Amino acid sequence: MKKPDEIYELLKNQFGDAIIEFGNLLPVEPIIAVAPLQIQNIGAFLRDNEELKFDSLMCLSGVDDANGTKEKDSDGTDIITGGTLSVYYHLYSIPIKHKITLKVSAPREDPQVETVENVWRCADWHEREAFDMYGITFLNHHDLRRILMPYDWEAGYPLRKDYKNPEFYQGMKVPY
Amino acid sequence: MGLLDKEFSDGNIVIARVDDLMNWARLSSIWQLGFGLACCAIEMMATSASHYDFDRFGVIPRNTPRQADAIIISGTVTLKMATRIKRLYEQMPDPKYIISMGSCSNCGGPYWEHGYHVLKGIDRVIPVDVYVPGCPPRPEALLEGLLKLQEKIRNESLRKKSA
Repeated sequence: MKKPDEIYELLKNQFGDAIIEFGNLLPVEPIIAVAPLQIQNIGAFLRDNEELKFDSLMCLSGVDDANGTKEKDSDGTDIITGGTLSVYYHLYSIPIKHKITLKVSAPREDPQVETVENVWRCADWHEREAFDMYGITFLNHHDLRRILMPYDWEAGYPLRKDYKNPEFYQGMKVPY
Repeated sequence: MGLLDKEFSDGNIVIARVDDLMNWARLSSIWQLGFGLACCAIEMMATSASHYDFDRFGVIPRNTPRQADAIIISGTVTLKMATRIKRLYEQMPDPKYIISMGSCSNCGGPYWEHGYHVLKGIDRVIPVDVYVPGCPPRPEALLEGLLKLQEKIRNESLRKKSA
């Protein structure tokens, strides 16, 4: 069983600059921030290393950090430019019984993150959901299309903080 | 029923208006489309099961819209689902009836403000005959809704559809 800082050291020795920082702010779980275009190699290492054996991706979630510059639109809602969107990976090792959280951040205007579906198969639909809700592009995903919203949804990505719901969808009024 | 009032005392003859006979037949065998959306559907299934026994009102689920008389919108209608419901409704033969069950399908329910994906009331897409309030409504409430629908059918005329 490895402590989070030991896992961080292992990763740092293996990947160097791709491992950005180690965040350990209670009460949040320890989080290792890594580079979005290296996550596939890092994931494969975490899964296959004999001392780590992270065989289970418990959850993959998108987050809108909303850390860009905010401007008020004419209707009083925010428009956010700049800043980042993030993806969090909660990993667990069933044989060793330890866990760790990874985080990648990508620029809001063109959020590109490597897919990990070929490391943990269950990431497939999780990544589709993050794409659907936040518009995060997962590079090399084999089937990246919307999973919950209709395929012809053109109003954007609903869980972004500056999302605006459309007035109509296929002739149906959307607001109350 | 108002149908057996004019029975002759000694024969197998009943006199009735065609309207009454047709309405009686229709309201006594409302076959519903076997179709559920959310937690309301659990209550609807409970209503169909032996304790509440929807079948004693002649309601049985049919698995195709071509053989269904009524559709119970039992749950949250997402915008994606609304397009499908509209198609199912259009595939049902006349006369067809709609019971809107629960707050979600009545008006959007708890999703009325922040539900970016929820249709705020199924009556924006298809015409509703009976609204059953509740979140979710108990089986008794759904039965009451069905009785209301039966009452509505009983007063229909063949010459024009009232719903």
